[in-house]
Amino acid sequence: MSVHHDLTAQPWTEPGRGSGLLDVVRRRYLLKLLVRKELRVRYRGSVLGLAWSYVKPGVQYVVYFLALGIFLQQSRNIEDFPVYLFSGLVVVNVFTEAFGNATRAVVWNAPLVKKIFLPRELFPVASVWVAGVHFVPQLVVLLVGALLSGWRLEVLPVLGAVLATLIIAALATGLGLLFGSLNVVFRDMENFVDLINMVVVWLSPVLYRWDQVTRVVPEWVAVLYQLNPITVAVELYHYAFWWPGTRDTPADSLPPDLLVNSLVAVVIAAVVLVVGQLVFRRVEGRFAIDL
Amino acid sequence: MSVLPASAPASAGPSSRIVVDDVRMQFVLRHNRSLKELAMAAVRGKDLGNTFMALDGVSLNVDSGETVALLGHNGSGKSTLLKLISGVMHPTSGSVRLRGRIAGLIEVGAGFHPDLTGRENVYLNGAILGMDEAAIRARFDDIVAFSEIERFIDTEVKHYSSGMFLRLAFSVAVHTDPEIFLIDEILSVGDEPFQRKCLDRIRELKDEGRTLVVVSHDLNMVSDLCSRGIVLQRGNQVFDGSAADAVAHLRSL
Repeated sequence: MSVHHDLTAQPWTEPGRGSGLLDVVRRRYLLKLLVRKELRVRYRGSVLGLAWSYVKPGVQYVVYFLALGIFLQQSRNIEDFPVYLFSGLVVVNVFTEAFGNATRAVVWNAPLVKKIFLPRELFPVASVWVAGVHFVPQLVVLLVGALLSGWRLEVLPVLGAVLATLIIAALATGLGLLFGSLNVVFRDMENFVDLINMVVVWLSPVLYRWDQVTRVVPEWVAVLYQLNPITVAVELYHYAFWWPGTRDTPADSLPPDLLVNSLVAVVIAAVVLVVGQLVFRRVEGRFAIDL
Repeated sequence: MSVLPASAPASAGPSSRIVVDDVRMQFVLRHNRSLKELAMAAVRGKDLGNTFMALDGVSLNVDSGETVALLGHNGSGKSTLLKLISGVMHPTSGSVRLRGRIAGLIEVGAGFHPDLTGRENVYLNGAILGMDEAAIRARFDDIVAFSEIERFIDTEVKHYSSGMFLRLAFSVAVHTDPEIFLIDEILSVGDEPFQRKCLDRIRELKDEGRTLVVVSHDLNMVSDLCSRGIVLQRGNQVFDGSAADAVAHLRSL
């Protein structure tokens, strides 16, 4: 261990001012360890461990399938309803888990935030990453289900799924930074976010088809509904995993402007990410004081 | 630690490591937090809480290789100043500028998690303090040997005694490689032989030419270890000189 004596070669820096999300990329080894820690801590003393990430969505899926598919007879309206339902549900699940945990991430890591300076964006990003880890087994189950219903590989639908995943990741990270930083000052935010997460599944065509909404609402509501980035991501997952396996469903069963809506969703997600980062940096100065 | 380059402070000398320029730190002691209370306060025109000046215009310049003790009674602002230097908090006004990598031993073990093993905590804490994977791997054996808990390194930290925990945490901290060390009350680690070992290690860091800023209530240790002492009183700097004189000044307050 040697100490540099050529001081003039070292730039002056201001402690506690980093470059935000770029620092997360630079310190990805620490990000990896934080993700591993969160996964380990989440399932401490649990017999089922990571299997809980199968059990919870599994039960939720069965409930929705029975209530909506059978009792309310959606499986008659929608071909391959089991695949339709699950491909939308995985999108909403990964989003709500990522968003909810990212909102609480800074407060959960209060001891570290108060005592050591780190790029604080690491904590929400690690939470989003953990949601991504839980998402992978669900995606595998979805793929198996889709294959059993006659799914076949096509390039464009797969690209659509990749795009949808990126939209969800950016949106959850941006909103997580925004609400996670405000949550330090006003703890109301985490309850507010729970509320948002509760309605997300109903505000996108997960449990029903998009035209069941657009038929009964005014035109401008229908437009807003279609521009919701989560609706776009859900439809892109339908396009990727459900639509290729259907036989009797006409091509226009997906919303007509999916490509345009996707581009709008990309822009919205990018704007949310930038705004989230800017607000996070503004509020960050108060973290060590308010926690 | 990756931080953005900043402009050179005006009062910096050629060998300055830390420049604190007219720093004020004001805390708002807030009593009203809930929406109901905020609304009530607005209606009644009541103030949202009184303010408290923890640091009131402190300036100092620490040269490379200096060993500085921050002294003062409880509530004098020493720990706040250390937190501003480490970047955990930003000053209300004034500026702090640094040159070189910094490690804050502000509270050893802050990044430790009880549910992880000693080994996992060494890696996690090393990464938190700014080491990369290769550096931690290279120093892992030294870290464990220094902490003297080889047998328990794969045990979860929650089963450690408090002494074992602090020894491992301290060991990780002093095996990082920054040019500036901030040390807050950590020399009360473990039993006497281990304390002596820690002090020896800190002297080694000093002899390697690293810059040390120490906060401690152990005045004898501080006047022995440090070359320079700064006394703070209610957020103001009231003395700056040799460590022995600073200790004498503090005792006369």
